[in-house]
Parts: sequence; C-alpha cells; structure tokens
Amino acid sequence: MADAHTAHSGESHGSVGSYLTGFVIAVLLTAAAFGVVMAHSFSPTGTIVAISVLAAVQVVVHLVFFLHMNGSSEQRWNVMAFAFTVMSVLILIGGTLFIMHDTAINMMSR
Amino acid sequence: MLGKLSWSDIPFDVPILVGTFAGAAIAGLAVFGLITYYGKWGYLWKEWLTSVDHKRLGVMYIVLALVALFRGFADAIMMRSQLALAYAGNPGYLPPHHYDQIFSAHGTIMIFFMAMAFMTGLMNVIVPLQIGARDVAFPFLNSLSFWMTTVSFVLINISLFIGEFSQCGWLAYPPLSETQFSPGVGVDYYIWAVQLSGVGTLLTGVNFFTTIVKMRAPGMTYMKMPVFTWTIFCTTVLIMVAFPILTVALGLLGLDRYLGMHFFTNDGGGNQMLYLSVIWAWGHPEVYILVLPAFGAFSEITQTFSRKPLFGYNTMVYATCSIMVLSLVVWVHHFFTMGAGPNVNAFFGIMTMIIAIPTGVKIFNWLFTMYKGRVEFHATMYWVIGFMITFSIGGMTGVMLAIPAADFVLHNSLFVIAHFHNVIIGGVYFGYVAAMNFWFPKAFGFKLNEAWGKRAFWFWFIGFYFAFMPLYVLGFMGMTRRMNHYDNPDWYPWMLVAVFGAVLIACGIVCQLTQLYVSIRDRNLAENRDLTGDPWNARTLEWSTSSPPPFYNFAVVPTVHDLDAFAHDKEAGIDTRAAGSVYQPIHMPKNTSAGFFVGAFSLVLGFAAIWYIWWLAALGLIGVIATVIARSSNNDVDYYVPVSEVARIENEHTRNLMAAQAAE
Repeated sequence: MADAHTAHSGESHGSVGSYLTGFVIAVLLTAAAFGVVMAHSFSPTGTIVAISVLAAVQVVVHLVFFLHMNGSSEQRWNVMAFAFTVMSVLILIGGTLFIMHDTAINMMSR
Repeated sequence: MLGKLSWSDIPFDVPILVGTFAGAAIAGLAVFGLITYYGKWGYLWKEWLTSVDHKRLGVMYIVLALVALFRGFADAIMMRSQLALAYAGNPGYLPPHHYDQIFSAHGTIMIFFMAMAFMTGLMNVIVPLQIGARDVAFPFLNSLSFWMTTVSFVLINISLFIGEFSQCGWLAYPPLSETQFSPGVGVDYYIWAVQLSGVGTLLTGVNFFTTIVKMRAPGMTYMKMPVFTWTIFCTTVLIMVAFPILTVALGLLGLDRYLGMHFFTNDGGGNQMLYLSVIWAWGHPEVYILVLPAFGAFSEITQTFSRKPLFGYNTMVYATCSIMVLSLVVWVHHFFTMGAGPNVNAFFGIMTMIIAIPTGVKIFNWLFTMYKGRVEFHATMYWVIGFMITFSIGGMTGVMLAIPAADFVLHNSLFVIAHFHNVIIGGVYFGYVAAMNFWFPKAFGFKLNEAWGKRAFWFWFIGFYFAFMPLYVLGFMGMTRRMNHYDNPDWYPWMLVAVFGAVLIACGIVCQLTQLYVSIRDRNLAENRDLTGDPWNARTLEWSTSSPPPFYNFAVVPTVHDLDAFAHDKEAGIDTRAAGSVYQPIHMPKNTSAGFFVGAFSLVLGFAAIWYIWWLAALGLIGVIATVIARSSNNDVDYYVPVSEVARIENEHTRNLMAAQAAE
C-alpha cells in the first residue's frame, strides 16, 4: 500500500559537488550544441549528427548526475527502466527512420 | 463567449439523433429518478463513485464497457443495415456525412471504451486478488484512471448531440483529419476523447506494473505467478511503451489543427506518411494489449474446467513475453501499400508471421490442457472453445495479410475488416466474456445463469460467422471498406447475409443482458450462491478468500509455496486463509473524491477546447491543477482496520465455509 513506495533508505541523493559537476558539463554540452550550429563548421548533415551526439551525451549526464543512476543495487530498477526506454526508443526511432527513409527513396518524396 | 458553439450545432434536423437523444434522456431521467426514489445517492457516492477499492473500480469499468458495447453495437447494426439497403438506386437511410461519423465512432468506442475498459476492469478485479495483495500500489491513481476513461466516454457521446464526430475513421489519418479537409469539431472531439482516456490508460499501466512487481505475496516468484497475472504484466509493459506514442501522434495532430503547424499537412513541409508510422507503432501493440489478457483468462479457465494444471506453464510465459516483444516490431503491416521498398515490407512481413509461432504454442497448450482432462462443458468453456476455433481462423487470415504481395490486393478491402473482427471478437471479446462468466461469482458472490450464457454464446458464435465470413468473400471480390453505397449486384446477397449475422449478434447481446437479469433475480437460490469463495474448485489465490472478498482482500497475506498456490494448499491440507490466527490491524487507503473531480474538470477542459471556449478551458485546467494540489497536500489518506472488525468479518466467512461443507 502507501508505505510500499515511501521508503528510500540507502538511495543517494547526490552532493553539492556532483550537482555542480553535472551542471557544468550540461552547460558545456548545451553551449557546444549552439556553437556547432552557429559556427557553420560542419555540413548540414554533419551538424545534425553532431548535435544528436551531444544530445545523447546530455541525456546520460542528466541521468547520472541529476537522477543518480548508477550500478548499485538500489538503482537496479532505474537502470532497468532506462534500458527499457533505450530499447523502445531504438525500436521506435530506428524503425521509423528505416521506414520513412525507404519510403522517401521509393516515393521520391524528398 | 461560447467560441464556435451555437444553436445550429445541435442536430435538430437529424431525426435519428433526436430520437436517440429523447431515448437517452428518458432512460437517464428514469435512472436518476429511481436512484432518488430509493435514496441511493449517498450510498452510490460514498461506496462506489469515490471508492479506491480495486474490485469496485473493476466492476465500474466493466459496467462502462457494457454501456460502450451497447453504443458501439448500435453503430455497427446501423452500418450493416445501411449497406443492406444502399444498393443500386436506393441511397439507404444514412447520408455519407452521418455514415462516416458512425464508422469512426464505432471503431473508436469499441477499442478505447469497450475493449480497453473491459480489460482494465478485469485486471482491476482479479490481479490484486491473484497475487495476494490488499489493493493496488496507487489506489488513488486507480480511481483517477477510471474517471479519466469515463469522462472521455461521456465526451464522445456528447458529440452525438452537440456538434458532430470525426469522419476520418478510428485513427483519423491526415491529411483528411487536418483543418483543411475537416474544419468541423469532429476530429477535435476524437483527439480530446482519446487523449484524456490515454492519461487513464497510461496511469493504469504504471499502477499495475508496480503492483505486480512490488506487491506479490511472499513466496510468489515470477515463475510462480498465475498466467493471467503474467499476461497483465506484459500488457502493462506494452501500455507503458505504446500509449505515449499515441499521445505524441495525436498531440502533433492537435498542434496542426489548433496552432496551424505542419507536421502532417501536405504543404509547409509536413508528411502525412509519418503519422501512419507513428500511430501504428502504438496501434499494433494495442491489439496485443487487448488480446494478451484474454489469453491469460483462457489459460485460467481451461485449466480449471479441465481439472488439471495448465499444460506447459513455462512455454506459456515465454510465449507471452515473445509476443510482447515481437508486437513492437510489426507495425508496417498496417500500411504495406504506403510505398516503402521490399526491405522494409519483407522485414515487417516476416516479423508478423513469426508472431503466429508463440500464438500457436498457446493454442496447443490449451488443447493439451484439455487433452485427457475431465473437461466440464460449463458455459464459460463454450466461449473458450469457440475462441480456439474462431481465433485460429482469424490468425490464419492474419498471416495471409502479413504477406506484402497479398496485402497489396487485400489492403483497405472488407477482407481486412473481416480479419480484425475475427480476432477481436473471436479472441478479445470471447475472452472477456468468458472471464466475466468465470470471475463473476468472485466479484458478487453468486454465479451467472448458465443456460442464458450458453444461449448468448451460440448467438454470438453463429452470428459472428454469418456477419463476417461474407466480408472475407466481399474483400476478395474487391469491395473496399467504409463504403456508403454500391452498385455491384454481386455484392448485394452477401451484404444481406452479413446483416442477418448482425441481427444474430444482437440476439446474443439480449441473451447476455437477460443472463445478468436472471442471475441477479435468482441470486439467493442455493445453487447460485457462492458461500465458499471457490465455486469452480479453482487453482489460484483469488479463490481462497470469500466471494465477494472483504474490502481488504486477505486478513492474513497468504504464503505461496508453489505455482497455483491455492491448488497446492488444498492438496497439502493447508488453510490458505489461516483462519483463527491472530489478526493484525490492516492498513487501507481512504476513499477520495479527488479522482472524480479531476475527471469532471478534465471533461470541462476537453469540451471547452473542442469548441474554442478558452475562458472555460482555463477554468477546467485550473480546476484540475487545484484538485491535484489539494489531494497532494492531504495527509489524511489512509487508516487502519481494527483487529475486531477483521475478526468479525473473517469469523462470519468461516461459519459460511463450515455450513457449506456440512451441506455437501
């Protein structure tokens, strides 16, 4: 019942240091993404790839530093939930890219 | 002040709707009058509408599903009778504008409010009992889910009498559903109804996943979980993966319509083909969300009425999990003809065919469970056997449609309609009705009448074949779906056979209602009462407590020693109830009206947004937020049931048990 999910013993809520580290990395990644777009240093495709990679790293930084995801036993469900999310995102986004790319070539819609 | 809403939006000029409104108003007033006359408003409010008890919410879900079935079936028989009339010179009685709303509403209601509500109702009633829990993990969210589903159904029915409903089919494909081609409020009704009910479904998914993971009775490892619980477990996973996709797809469509964006329009860089991909990435898992619980119910029923344990429990679990995963990678088979190349179509075609393997494993498991069992041909078993025959045919036509080359011939034809009704009626609906017959005594303490149950089955079973086999033929003859009128003389006789089938199904529904009436009337007869809590000599934990179970389900949380915990305890002579032991105070959630009010404000929000009445929409949204804040800051949400109360209820059940044993 209600008490089944109120106990959080043993879970880390991070420290000022870890939050600051996460914050700095997150700001750097965000600035880098803006920088890549504003500097026009890559081709359009290269820019999209670059900001996609930066976004993926950003997600991991948030998960580790702000949501305290790690390999410890208390975090097992969070890690599983994350793996589950990755799997469904891969299926959905990967599948959609596969389908829409193939369709675009066949239908000459691009 | 009232946005787009004006008097001209009330369809006074459509006699069918005026008649329906009069009928609904009279029936509604009669129900209100009866409740007032018997002074039951307080009881209804305190014990049902504000209840967080999973059993009562489950019952209310199923009542909602039956009402939705009634509405959806009324749409169905109108479509069939229109097509039996609208041949050659006769235009029939439904103009295209009205007919298109009817088939859109039929699909939307049957999937979201009949099937989903029925499934959610069953899992509510059964799962906590089956895993030995006293309630779900988040009882308030459960109540909230119910009300979100209910108000969405109310919203969709308001569209009958105020404005119009979507004319774009049950999935509202763009560009037809975009403002350019559907400027009316119909698609907005569709979007808001489905979005609000989606909130409820997603919360239910999270709630039951957590319940099954965290609240199983001690000793119940994953491989000792009953098969029904396993199927619900996989269903909740699919809900959590798939329903956010639906929310996003309809959210983007809503942005197109409300804010003039161009995600799926023909102009402005939009791509309507992306909508198909995204909506079916939800839509295909959705059919497995519906059918997996039916498979679970069949497993429980087959083993109980074959008087032996389920054949191949492990393979059943693995098959369920394989179906869960595979269902996520087959969605292109709904649009093979969209223009993707052979790579895409071959991949998704093969994946679709592979799903037939775990499903076949399940069919053989049920057959081998019956083989050499002492099969009791109870009314419930009729639905199971009818399912096995019907679903096998539907599955085979599904594999035919999974062949991309064949699909190019059959796509968008009545063959597709015949196929999915074959699996949804023969699989999902038969399963839910079987489950309702099976678990009804658990929820209410008396059995459903068997004779009327068998009559209902025969009408449904034969009616199904008459109604849908002609559609396979018509599909091969080239008749497309969603037609309002046709001139081909070859099709006409088959449409007459189909409408006859629909009439038989109507008789089946009448038999089901009669079954409910007769059973309630005769509930106190000795042969109908269930005093033991175990009327079928069944195998799982829910049968170890009384019927109906006390609100706390189990006075002593049972310890699970083996798969089919209750059967094991009966054989080993263990009293699962641990009657007469020292009881502890039981921690229970208090009833709350917050779910009701969040639902009511959401209804206001949805209705106002559909009609662009922005001040009212803002009020609705503020109401939702305020209710949530009020509920969150309320600490008085639980209480302890005193030991004396537990002992009183348990001793009464023990006396009933002894009386029942003495009578045998």
